[in-house]
Amino acid sequence: MNLWSRLMCSCRRRSPWIFHMNSGSCNGCDIELVASLTPRYDAEQLGVRLEGSPRHADILCITGPVTRNSVHAIETVYGQVCSPKAVVAIGSCPATTNVFIDSRVLDGPLNRHIPVDVFVPGCPPRPDAILQGIAKAAEILAERGSRPLVNEENQQ
Amino acid sequence: MNLTIALARLLIFPGLLFAVPTAWFFLWVERKAVALMQQRIGPPFMQPFFDFIKLLGKTTPARSGVSGLLMKAWPLIAVSAAAGAVGLLPVLPLSGGFQGDLVLLLALMELPSICIIAAGFSSRSIFGEIGSAREAVLTVSYNVVFLLAVVSIAVSQHTFRLEALAQLPASPLRWLGVLAILVCLPAKLHINPFSLPNAEQEIYSGPMIEYAGPELAMWELSHGLEWVAAAGLVATLAVPHFAAGWIDSLLFVSLSFGIVLLLSVLAAATARLAIDTTARFYWRCALMFAGLAIASTLLMRLRA
Repeated sequence: MNLWSRLMCSCRRRSPWIFHMNSGSCNGCDIELVASLTPRYDAEQLGVRLEGSPRHADILCITGPVTRNSVHAIETVYGQVCSPKAVVAIGSCPATTNVFIDSRVLDGPLNRHIPVDVFVPGCPPRPDAILQGIAKAAEILAERGSRPLVNEENQQ
Repeated sequence: MNLTIALARLLIFPGLLFAVPTAWFFLWVERKAVALMQQRIGPPFMQPFFDFIKLLGKTTPARSGVSGLLMKAWPLIAVSAAAGAVGLLPVLPLSGGFQGDLVLLLALMELPSICIIAAGFSSRSIFGEIGSAREAVLTVSYNVVFLLAVVSIAVSQHTFRLEALAQLPASPLRWLGVLAILVCLPAKLHINPFSLPNAEQEIYSGPMIEYAGPELAMWELSHGLEWVAAAGLVATLAVPHFAAGWIDSLLFVSLSFGIVLLLSVLAAATARLAIDTTARFYWRCALMFAGLAIASTLLMRLRA
């Protein structure tokens, strides 16, 4: 690994910009994600910035048990995030569909539709846990940047 | 000013080589000041540098046709214009300059805003177009005040040359003009309370919405360079140059830093205003400001 790619790796780890997406969540995890950006937990120390556009983001944070209506939106937004990218599933819902399991309006869990890198379990998870998940995803992102994924056909 | 000196000023000092790290430093000061106001620790010192390098390493979505080419061109034009504006600043005393370089500086400082408007419309995103429309309204509103203030300062001192303006002693009118320019700077730099074009909650960062990777990095850099140019312009007008070179440069740098700090604290303490409130604010209250400046210029002319 030469100097430039080592620098790039370090910069990717230290500057994870996130995009927050709700796939039918009860709003509990969304509140905790927002709480992790507040002064009390101060995610900006890790270089985290909440972005308005998925084009700017590196890490896609998805909450909710993936309702049928949201599947298309999730796939579109995942395609709009430019590579290298990582996905963090926040809460128990995107991991297992949680208490909504066997509901006919769901098409979960999340990893049936897009590859998920980090699961942050909890109903809802604590902001500390979300921050740890984002930090872990940033490390995965830094490694992935030096070895590009083969499976990139979702790119739009 | 011959070609070699002009190139050295554009590329080395106070141009790109000096201005790019300064731009990152000012972007960090902006974020850190907001963090401290909110009792946070905030981003590490090198954060804007990390962001820039990371963005360079990301892919950009494939775009075709003329609008794709234009979308690639706008951020580059904005960065070169902002770097040119920084290159014109008379940081060092006796650094040259030419008659009318103030006019060129104003034009170069205006170019990034025009690029932002054009970029929003070429992105063909509805949010980008709303952001561009807001930026256009904002530009028309604050520029009346901004240009009147700069022109009245220049006319009262009988010169459109930055170097000469920096060396003349400050008059009361000049302080009024500097104050009017300071009122316009938050709108020029798109920070709170006038961060309307790039409002990330309402219109998903507006004209920048479709930009990714290196192009977004160029926008961030042009924003930083705009900080350097705007703070430098105010510092030039506010600090009279003395004989000793290093005191001037020190004063210049510390005053620029102070202006960045002041504007960042203002940004942290305020919320975003609506577009009609902003337009009304600039057209009513700040127009009065510039009217006052012109009146006092005329009075001084009559007395002289």
